[in-house]
Amino acid sequence: MTSTTAAAQPSYLAVKKGIAGWLYTTDHKRIGILYLIGMSIFFIAGASFGVMMRLELLKSGLQYLDADVYNRILTLHGVIMIFLFIVPGIPAVFGNFMLPLMIGAKDVAFPKINLLSWYCYMAGGILALVSLTLGGVDTGWTFYVPFSTSSASNIYVPLTAAVILGWSSILTGINFVTTVHRLRCPGLKWFRLPLFVWSLYATAWVQILATPVVGMLLILVMLERFLGVGVFDPTRGGDPILYQHIFWIYSHPAVYIMILPAMGVISEIIPTFTRKAIFGYSFIAFSSVAIAAIGSLVWAHHMFTSGMSDTARIVFSFLTFIVAVPSAIKIFNWITTMYKGSIRLEPPLLFAMIFIFLFSIGGLTGLILGALSLDIHLHDTAFVVAHFHYTMLGGAGTLFFAAMHYWYPKMTGKLYSIKFGHITAILFLIGFNLTYVPLFVAGINGMPRRYADYLPDYAFYHQASTVGSWIMYGSFLLMVVNFVYHLFKGKKSPANPWQSVSLEWQIPSPPPLENFDTIPEITEKPYKYTSGSV
Amino acid sequence: MNIEQHTEEHYDPVSNSMGMWLFLFTEVMLFGVMFILYAMYLHTYGIDFRHGSGQLNLVMGGLNTVVLITSSLTMALAIWALSLGQRSKSFLFLGATIALAGGFLVVKSFEWAAKFHHGIYPGSAELLSRSPGEMVFFSLYFVMTGLHAFHVIIGMILITVNAGFLAKGKMSPERMDLMKNTGLYWHLVDLIWIFLFPLFYLIV
Amino acid sequence: MEGNLKQSHHIGAKTYLLVWAALMVLTGVTVGVTFLDLRNFAIVAAMIVASIKALLVLLYFMHIRYEKKVFPFMILATLGMFWLFLILTFMEVFTR
Repeated sequence: MTSTTAAAQPSYLAVKKGIAGWLYTTDHKRIGILYLIGMSIFFIAGASFGVMMRLELLKSGLQYLDADVYNRILTLHGVIMIFLFIVPGIPAVFGNFMLPLMIGAKDVAFPKINLLSWYCYMAGGILALVSLTLGGVDTGWTFYVPFSTSSASNIYVPLTAAVILGWSSILTGINFVTTVHRLRCPGLKWFRLPLFVWSLYATAWVQILATPVVGMLLILVMLERFLGVGVFDPTRGGDPILYQHIFWIYSHPAVYIMILPAMGVISEIIPTFTRKAIFGYSFIAFSSVAIAAIGSLVWAHHMFTSGMSDTARIVFSFLTFIVAVPSAIKIFNWITTMYKGSIRLEPPLLFAMIFIFLFSIGGLTGLILGALSLDIHLHDTAFVVAHFHYTMLGGAGTLFFAAMHYWYPKMTGKLYSIKFGHITAILFLIGFNLTYVPLFVAGINGMPRRYADYLPDYAFYHQASTVGSWIMYGSFLLMVVNFVYHLFKGKKSPANPWQSVSLEWQIPSPPPLENFDTIPEITEKPYKYTSGSV
Repeated sequence: MNIEQHTEEHYDPVSNSMGMWLFLFTEVMLFGVMFILYAMYLHTYGIDFRHGSGQLNLVMGGLNTVVLITSSLTMALAIWALSLGQRSKSFLFLGATIALAGGFLVVKSFEWAAKFHHGIYPGSAELLSRSPGEMVFFSLYFVMTGLHAFHVIIGMILITVNAGFLAKGKMSPERMDLMKNTGLYWHLVDLIWIFLFPLFYLIV
Repeated sequence: MEGNLKQSHHIGAKTYLLVWAALMVLTGVTVGVTFLDLRNFAIVAAMIVASIKALLVLLYFMHIRYEKKVFPFMILATLGMFWLFLILTFMEVFTR
């Protein structure tokens, strides 16, 4: 691998200072940072709504939120966390920043469209928050008909927000697919790509093919409310179950939009901190594509109790089991990579290991829910809530934090406090499990999801969960403090603090304006670590 | 080091058409949802759909098919003419395309007006008295042809922008990606109509 | 870039006119077929004709015949995904 260490150019942070230099930028690195800023704000807002819900559930009976307000906060928590944090999360922030660096390009294929996608993102995000001031929406993030077509709340605003956010997602997807096809540097063949690039590529395809589906669907809901087009209205011949089909044709692949890039991140982190080549490169690469493809065909396991046909329930239950296979392959690959490696337990690796633990629980409870017979009992209980928090926050979320700790020195040129990084990770692990393990048990015992109140029998679980949510929230705040403080007061980072061999670490930190002085040439596979070096 | 230079260096016509194709795929999936819904409801309400289809004006639908396919031809010819450096010819073909697109919309609006005149529009009392299958048929008809007409309008705007650039001399055989991409978009609009036409007018 | 320029010269006005004529004939065919009273097969026949027309538009008007190979692959992937969505949804509705 050719290294280009000498920097004749200024860093991307040093040129064109001032707000305009950021708001009109077409530099993929700055756009990544812009996404990060927006996303952090939305994430803290979403997390705060989550904590508010948990606080309401501290005691049986209604405390300070009535059921209606609770529903609105619940919807906003879901919309923000899904559409504004976890779906765009890793691709928009780290994908934008790292993809061109990893493939030896100066920028993405369409820099201006890249900026447009950020504006779409912010517009959609602000619109979603504005909907709260307009009375809020009580449908949940799924906008199921017939409730969404008859609910009295002002539903046009969040629907419009979701459509705009879909645009942002599509534009990013188009950009990434074209970039990976056209802008790889000389010698960077497909099977020399870093695995993060593979996962971004697979994700980008899902973004392109699945997002318009939900866009059209939400437009249909608006038309149904506004014009009385009765495509999903049974009194007008429509079929509400078809709404659920179309909705989950997008929203289940969206789960893979969330987790695939995260799986790419961990495939970068583990080799770096164990000084070993990744085990089974092509298995991980192909399983990314397999997850993207098969994952798009399992959507109806969200609908086992909706009244759809028995044959379909069996088929979709079976397909759900199949998609677990490529995911499990990856877990084995990561663990095998760590075996006999010279492990350095820096915060990124600690988060990565927490991911393996949490995601395994999330994945296995997913199989429990995918089993048709069990799902009938567990459907719409707190068990489901715990499951998808294990996969989304415990999976994609944890690796978002891992990626933050991994690439922070590259992005900012500063070092954060490793000690605080460790404390954050441990607090997060404790808080997370304390929040969601009780919900598994409560769910099995019959606690329904989305309720503002519960019977006194469930009090213990809810109290434990609420205490856990405080610890977890504390770990988020600690992370923000660690990063923001060291942005100003941190020590200057060397170009490659983790001694990684990836291309993005071979240039100075923070990267120069045009990334590479001379476009590098790649001659071998990635992850060429010699064990025991450092 | 300024951005303009930066993009000059990276001019890559294949990237540009790949980006456009990827965008077209999102359009395919957008309409794809409607096609999936159509297929499911056709399975459920076969007879009612035939009744509904019988009420549509086959002559107008057929005329529009001819008009749109011809506009696709003129669009392709406009690109062909420009690639040979024949700007004025290309400009004329663009003009013809816009005129044909306008013609399509005029015919379409007559059709919709006739339906409204008979009291058939989403949520109308007349429609609510029909069978469930017919209600769905006309809902799908208005949504799908409406969405398509919206795309026709967008296409007309894009072609007009192209004609403007062409007249100002901002387009050349070497740099005509905008017109090529507009062409791709316009052909897709045509392609979708090729499927909409038999699905709504020919299942009698 | 030179290759790209050449590409657009591959097709002449004559080819476009021929494709247009074929599309017109096929439109006539698909309308004509409806008078044959094929019942349930009518929709199948209409879709087959429409697919042929679509293929002509793709190959010639949209230049897929002359593009890099990756383009037809991408189109097939997209259509394949659409068909899987359609088939799986249909499987549910059909067996309900």
